[in-house]
Amino acid sequence: MLLPLAGLVARVEWDQFWTLVTSEASLTALGLSLRTALAATGLTVALGVPLGFVLHGMRGPARGLVRAVVLAPLVLPPVVGGLALLYAFGRRGLLGEELGGSIAFTTLAVVIAQTFVAMPFMVVSVESALASRTGRHEAIAATLGASRTRVLARVTMPALAPALATGAVLAFARALGEFGATLTFAGSLAGVTRTAPLEIYLARETDPAAAAALSLVLVAVAIGVVALAYRPVRGAR
Amino acid sequence: MRRGLGAAVAIVASALVAGCAIGPRPWAEAASPGPPTETLTVFAAASLSEVMERIADQYEIEHSEVDVRVTYGGSSGLAAQIREGAPADVFVSADEAQMDAIGDLAAGEHILVAKNHLVIAVPAGNPAGVAGLDDLADPAVVSVICAPQVPCGAATASLAVLNGVTLSPVSEEQSVTDVLGKIASGQADAGVVYATDIARAPGVEKVAIAGTERVLNRYPAAALADAADPARARDFVDYLAGPEARQMLTEARFGVP
Repeated sequence: MLLPLAGLVARVEWDQFWTLVTSEASLTALGLSLRTALAATGLTVALGVPLGFVLHGMRGPARGLVRAVVLAPLVLPPVVGGLALLYAFGRRGLLGEELGGSIAFTTLAVVIAQTFVAMPFMVVSVESALASRTGRHEAIAATLGASRTRVLARVTMPALAPALATGAVLAFARALGEFGATLTFAGSLAGVTRTAPLEIYLARETDPAAAAALSLVLVAVAIGVVALAYRPVRGAR
Repeated sequence: MRRGLGAAVAIVASALVAGCAIGPRPWAEAASPGPPTETLTVFAAASLSEVMERIADQYEIEHSEVDVRVTYGGSSGLAAQIREGAPADVFVSADEAQMDAIGDLAAGEHILVAKNHLVIAVPAGNPAGVAGLDDLADPAVVSVICAPQVPCGAATASLAVLNGVTLSPVSEEQSVTDVLGKIASGQADAGVVYATDIARAPGVEKVAIAGTERVLNRYPAAALADAADPARARDFVDYLAGPEARQMLTEARFGVP
């Protein structure tokens, strides 16, 4: 596990590091990556949390089937995910006529691709957190006269907060690192769709020093994000 | 127990047969007896895909002891792999810049083996009515080009400057094959590709670019310093410049020096 990271660090040219990382291409790519990953995380929370609840409430074979479909992006090769998105939302895709081909090659396409691959993390997090709850606290609140909305807002959601945080952080990390689906569905244009991974992919052939420098930045972000997601739980329970 | 064994044998047998049927060089086509004892690894520019297959096949017929394996890709990507130590014997690049990029990893002088020029590719029927390079400056036309780091992208940029056109592509691709793919699948209205690419994908038509003959891509070929068999590598490079290869290149609409 350490050797590839060590290899990457060994390739970085430290005297040029700051110049390379703050070059126009790098900053544009990093800025785009952060903006799209944040947007994708927001979408993931907005769509993934309700989906987790719905999944938790299902019973029988339908539940297993829906869960398998929702989790498919986790195991799908990203480029296959990109192709699937293309065939759904692209110019000649299922919704191509309605959308008029206006989604592909836009920043929106990047956000969609990232949301597609990051969603399972949130759904899994929410569903497993719900499954581990006994419902006692909700029942107690109901006997005390709380409405269902109030139970949801004041009892369930705060209890789910750690799982939501973990899911959001993992979704953000996955969205930041997304490459295959982005390249296939959104294309690659500086400032519009060329996120940091795509910039690295382009730079690695002709400017390996820049690619190594930008890679190191992403590695640092990834390690930071994972450390954040799995920090020891504070307080009891 | 015996039934299970019979089934297992049947499965293995049919897998072997299937494997033979879908192998890259079906045994039935071997022109001379004896399997090849040497492997020659060629890294070739993406635009050479179909024609290099025919050249390699012809070389194998004439030299039955050699198995030529060709890897295609954007020339800058292949050059990067060679610099990182990829085990190649011969490199055929789509421009001299990428050949220079590998420096003295090329053994000796390179030979120019082909020439190519750029055209605009449009999906069948030319839905956006593209008539020339000027139309690709129009943001309403969904166009894709190669990234400037790749040979076809560098040539596209030169051609745009020559014609005084500022292109507005929606995407810059890593290899000309990716550009072609987006045109053929109808995702884009137009793209700048090589003249030789038009025949490579179905459903693609050509629109000429004014002044394209002034921006020619020259394809150098060189044996590599780390080749397993330098004499064999050199022989293949010479073959690429020879009459049979020139014939096949011309048929594929490449220019020959």
